[in-house]
Amino acid sequence: MPKIFNNLLSFKGGVHPKEYKYLTSSLPFEKIPTPSKIILPLSQNIGAPSTPIVNKKDEVFAGQLIATQNGPISAPIYSPVSGNVLSIGIEDTVSSFTKESITIKSNENLEMELFPKLDLNNISDKEICKRVQMAGIVGLGGAAFPTYFKLTPPKDKIIDYVILNGCECEPYLTRDYRLMIERPKDLIAGLKLIMKALNLEKGAIGIEDNKQDAIDVLQNLVKDDNSIKIFSLKTKYPQGAEKMLIKAILNREVPPGKLPFDVGVAIQNIGTAIAIYEAVYLGMPLISASLTVSGLGIKTPKNLIVPIGTPLIDILEYCGGIMEDAKRVVVGGPMMGITQHNLNAPIMKATSGILVLTEKEINQFDETNCLRCGKCIEVCPVNLTPTKLARFSQLGRISEAEENGIFNCMECGTCAYVCPANIPLVQWIAFGKKKLSLAKKAV
Amino acid sequence: MSETISIISPKLEIARSPHVHSKWSTKQAMWLVIIALIPTIISSLLFFGISQFSIIATSVSFAMLTEAIIKNVRKQPISIDDGSVIITGILLALILPPNFSLVSTAIGAVVAVGIGKEVFGGLGFNIFNPALVGRAFLQAAFPVSITTWTEPSFTDAVSSATPLSLMKFDNKFESINNLFVGNVGGSLGETSAIAILIGAIFLLATGVINYRVPLAMILSAFIFGGIFWLIDPSHFTNPLFHLLAGGFLFGAIFMATDWVTSPLYSKGMWIYGIAISILVILIRLFGGLPEGVMYSILLLNGFVPLINKYTKPQIFGEVK
Repeated sequence: MPKIFNNLLSFKGGVHPKEYKYLTSSLPFEKIPTPSKIILPLSQNIGAPSTPIVNKKDEVFAGQLIATQNGPISAPIYSPVSGNVLSIGIEDTVSSFTKESITIKSNENLEMELFPKLDLNNISDKEICKRVQMAGIVGLGGAAFPTYFKLTPPKDKIIDYVILNGCECEPYLTRDYRLMIERPKDLIAGLKLIMKALNLEKGAIGIEDNKQDAIDVLQNLVKDDNSIKIFSLKTKYPQGAEKMLIKAILNREVPPGKLPFDVGVAIQNIGTAIAIYEAVYLGMPLISASLTVSGLGIKTPKNLIVPIGTPLIDILEYCGGIMEDAKRVVVGGPMMGITQHNLNAPIMKATSGILVLTEKEINQFDETNCLRCGKCIEVCPVNLTPTKLARFSQLGRISEAEENGIFNCMECGTCAYVCPANIPLVQWIAFGKKKLSLAKKAV
Repeated sequence: MSETISIISPKLEIARSPHVHSKWSTKQAMWLVIIALIPTIISSLLFFGISQFSIIATSVSFAMLTEAIIKNVRKQPISIDDGSVIITGILLALILPPNFSLVSTAIGAVVAVGIGKEVFGGLGFNIFNPALVGRAFLQAAFPVSITTWTEPSFTDAVSSATPLSLMKFDNKFESINNLFVGNVGGSLGETSAIAILIGAIFLLATGVINYRVPLAMILSAFIFGGIFWLIDPSHFTNPLFHLLAGGFLFGAIFMATDWVTSPLYSKGMWIYGIAISILVILIRLFGGLPEGVMYSILLLNGFVPLINKYTKPQIFGEVK
């Protein structure tokens, strides 16, 4: 249907999956008890894995540096608990790959070492970046790109805007929403630190209009502050994708293969801004994750604060366990999250949610031929033809897939969500991309 | 802890995202189309007599039978329950004249599904609208009986002419009111504009069809027909007549919007709709046949791959 009646800020395409946010939106964060065992994968971010600096049987305390940054795109890791190093070896992770990890058996000691206090009145941009780097902060929206790297852009990129991404467009997840309404002051302080680090005058927070109370709270906080603007955006998936967010707020389009930097924008997640606040104001390294545990397959959905490295099973048990009809355990949101096979795998820095989904929510049915209905094209936020890309990938015609823009696909899942033929479009496209990059490497 | 794992782990599915799916399925969309056809089916029975149901029943059952046999021969799963072959059967019946021979109807249904659809590889792979392929075959094979029209009547079958042939050969114009309600001569499902429009509203509201193709067809037929009318109103009919007479509305709503055989991109949908209407008007006003909807849609079906090729939208962020 024509969308002529909609004058809210948004983008072209997109879908409206059932939100299920009500399951957890009214629940304040709870801290879970310290788990008996913590598993810390050395690779929790995009870029190089960290280098371990502890050995088996070593005693560690909470807040201790146990793995250091390795190269420019990497981040250090701190122990979230006190205890002993049980092992250093390959473990399953929630990212569907096995990774070298440090396993720590925790004890009751809750004391923790913090970073030295900073002079908050005279803090410089360099000090902020250094503290963010030191705290091991990565983008907590899911991509886990080292944050300090995003705070020190190349000299030739002129940035004039920082946007905090408060869309939380994935169904079910309420982590960012809870952070916004429980800690609005910390959030604004975090945003100001980011603006200071990048020497920017203008900051914005983009929030989908299904979180009106968060918009109101933040609006109220910045009403006398001209440097920060709160934007109410149309609730539509994937509004929280960087390119869609920038389009909606600034009407700038990030060209294919480019980054937000290239159109003068820095994007940070709500959780990241809070982590930056905690690192600078409180001297805390990034050792805990706030996340949503939801879905119709979990007994009691919750919003939780969890030590990084806690195995999924401890978190699911704390939430009352899994129902009989649970079908998939997903880390992340339902549109882009990853299914789990080993519930001993630990959550990582950028884990924003754990979902236990039942048959009813998944709504799967048999695949049929493509009917060329064009629905995937209608909803694709980056104007691709998903059905063709999938077909090319399937037939091994990967150069044609590349010509048709396969690398522009961000695998948001919008096309597969609507496909009446239930073709696993994202799976084929990801397959095609992988084939292409392998072919390129071989050359 | 271990207890919970042993209970649930074997049941956990590993799958690629997304992990949720919309209400859409092929089957559901097809059945929505069948529902949208019900008002038109009722109108055909109302105007041409309950006995016409035998044409619909024959067409649908032979269409299903053909698909079942071909799928069986090709050792593919029988997919009749997806509803698409039922739609082909109904559509074919509704574009046939009242009291059409049941034997010919059956032949038409076999051709529609066999040649129109399965030869290309089945659902999703056909280039031409199967029902129209069946109709075109019948037109060529039985040119006389397929243009023998019956006056709408609840009792007797009286031979009559369609509003379009009256226009073409006798320069007489049927009243717009009659065309709208449907008590005029014509194919079973094509005469009642109101019944078709009820189906159209249903299909648009449920999102099964896109508004672009029907709107492009209606607007351009109105404008293009209007130009001729303004040039010479005594010779050319008023453009509203073009919209309501013959198979135009039925074609715009149920034929040209067929997912498989219509363009993929929005710009292409406009081009396709406009081109169909221009052809229809040209055939009606200057061609040898009184009606041109079937051939216009079939011809444009053949152009769809080309239209798709040249109307691909720009990728997000690409510089113009």
